[in-house]
Amino acid sequence: MIDALARPQSVAVFGATSDIAGALIARLNGPQLQRLVIAARPSDARDRLVESLRGGTSAPEVVVLDFDAADHASHEAVVDLAFGTHDVDLAVLAFGVLGSQPEFDDDPDAAVRAAQINYVGSLSVGLRVASRMRRQGHGTLVALSSVAGERARASNFVYGSTKAGLDSFATGLGDALRGSGVSVMVVRPGFVRTSMTQGLDEAPLAVGPDDVAEAIVEGLRRGKETVYVPPTMRFVMSGLRHLPRSVFRRLPI
Amino acid sequence: MAVSDLLATSGSRGVIARGLGRSYGDAAQNAGGTVLDMTALDGLAIDPTSGTAVVGAGTSLDSVMRACVPLGWWVPVTPGTRQVTVGGAIGGDIHGKNHHVDGSFAAHVTWLSLALPDGSVRRLAPGDDLFHATTGGMGLTGVILEAELTLTPISTALVNVDTDRHNDLDSLMAAMVEGDDRFRYSVAWVDAGSRGTLGRGVLTRGDHAASTDVPVRQRGLEFAPRERVGVPALVPRSLLSSASITAFNEAWFRRAPERRRGELEHLGTFFHPLDGVRDWNLLYGPRGFVQYQFVVPNSAAYVVQTALERLRAIGATSFLSVLKRFGAQGPGHLSFPMPGWTLALDLPAAVDGLAPLLDSLDALVASEGGRVYLAKDSRMTPAMMEAMYPRLEEFRALRASIDPHTHLNSDLARRLHL
Repeated sequence: MIDALARPQSVAVFGATSDIAGALIARLNGPQLQRLVIAARPSDARDRLVESLRGGTSAPEVVVLDFDAADHASHEAVVDLAFGTHDVDLAVLAFGVLGSQPEFDDDPDAAVRAAQINYVGSLSVGLRVASRMRRQGHGTLVALSSVAGERARASNFVYGSTKAGLDSFATGLGDALRGSGVSVMVVRPGFVRTSMTQGLDEAPLAVGPDDVAEAIVEGLRRGKETVYVPPTMRFVMSGLRHLPRSVFRRLPI
Repeated sequence: MAVSDLLATSGSRGVIARGLGRSYGDAAQNAGGTVLDMTALDGLAIDPTSGTAVVGAGTSLDSVMRACVPLGWWVPVTPGTRQVTVGGAIGGDIHGKNHHVDGSFAAHVTWLSLALPDGSVRRLAPGDDLFHATTGGMGLTGVILEAELTLTPISTALVNVDTDRHNDLDSLMAAMVEGDDRFRYSVAWVDAGSRGTLGRGVLTRGDHAASTDVPVRQRGLEFAPRERVGVPALVPRSLLSSASITAFNEAWFRRAPERRRGELEHLGTFFHPLDGVRDWNLLYGPRGFVQYQFVVPNSAAYVVQTALERLRAIGATSFLSVLKRFGAQGPGHLSFPMPGWTLALDLPAAVDGLAPLLDSLDALVASEGGRVYLAKDSRMTPAMMEAMYPRLEEFRALRASIDPHTHLNSDLARRLHL
């Protein structure tokens, strides 16, 4: 159960080796945490994460699952294993690829693959998690969206469109789940300094993975449905959303 | 549909009974399962000569009091609000200001009828293992349907109250140790507010007033308490600040007389000050609050001061802090009271660092052989539960034997692995 101070006992992270997922797991790992599902592709990063969670006086039970966001046929089994006979209080969709617009322009298959991961993968996992949570009558699903999904930019519109799909899906799912005891929190970070964005020029209002993790934990405490990181991004995006297209496309973003 | 049918046909998420919902935690919540509103079982029959009452589990103590006071009887144990049901009072094995003399609620239950998970209904009495698992069992052994209570005789509707203000915690606690035995009812309000005044308190003690204590015109047995004021629906956040809570505590302290003897207070005024303010819980605003109540043995009395100091250090100022000494331990498996000091705190949930701080207090309380009150808990861990309740294994074994398919379940039970 998620306790009165918003601390979950049972957490499943899909795409658990992302930098943001790592920072979030570090924040959630405390005496309250009983069970943690690490769903990710096999990798050294996954092994290191699992290793870092062992030991300690109150270490949670760690369940490691092979999970590929693009392999939709496997998702039913992965979500089944993630729940097992337990409740999952908090599920996090932390997987995603950024790609680059020139790459997508040259190789439309890469663009399709990004959509299969960011959008279709989220939909495939999100719907299955929602169904299980609806049956258990409680739980929170956190979807890592992006401000890039709010208005697609010419410089990265394929990525933006995948996040737009995810964001729209998660927001609608949250509304559909009203009254079921299950909630969805959509997290919209701006530029996050992670391995995914390494080598790119930093955008204004850039944040680190730990800032995103902190915003998620604070959002859980406040019962938020939408979280911008940093919070001022909400107002920036509100302005950008309403710019005329002829102006927006000329912006150096 | 009968309760026993509901139990037999419960889905995988189980059933839990709910009374008036005054538990601060998740004891009467059941995500994905069934919650039984017991308030329809509100029967009440009082035998005015023997002073026994047979009551439905959903009957409120308020109803019992309104019926029994005019007949010269009082409810044997009452918490700080009348708005709790008899079933909830048994399930939580609640205590009142008279615990050091009269014990907990279950000590005054002569029998109870319980709908068991297998659909059967059994009448249980003290001495039966299942009775003692049910009293304080948080509704997890079955659904309580009815019970018989032994009432307390009174000859007026007034309480003879002595009030003493103490400027520090040591003097307050010394006065309680020294004098509590002379009073049937004793409780202290403690200032958890500002530096320097932390731990000062107001001790109120008393007993039912005899007719001879009371002027003739006040000798009636009327009991018709009314709500005095309501809290507006939209409370400004500023009300929740540490400064305003400190100011409230200051006013509360100043309001009390330094020393007063033999003041006659009405039953409702003495026992249920909070019921005078409707929706007082709204004062905590949208983020709400958590209750934290622990008991430690007399040998670990220092924990009271330590808890107040640690909470003040992070700015978690308790709005209303209540200190009391418990008497002997009852036979309930998961019953909370044990001999020692109990401190109840209301803490604003929004305070940063509250969660780890309460975890550290859990550990301290457990290491001293104390425990946290399940009826108020909303954030403890299963490991602490095991450390604090030595009879938990016995309770689990009994629960497993009568309810192997977990027809009875609650969020509290899931969270703490009861």
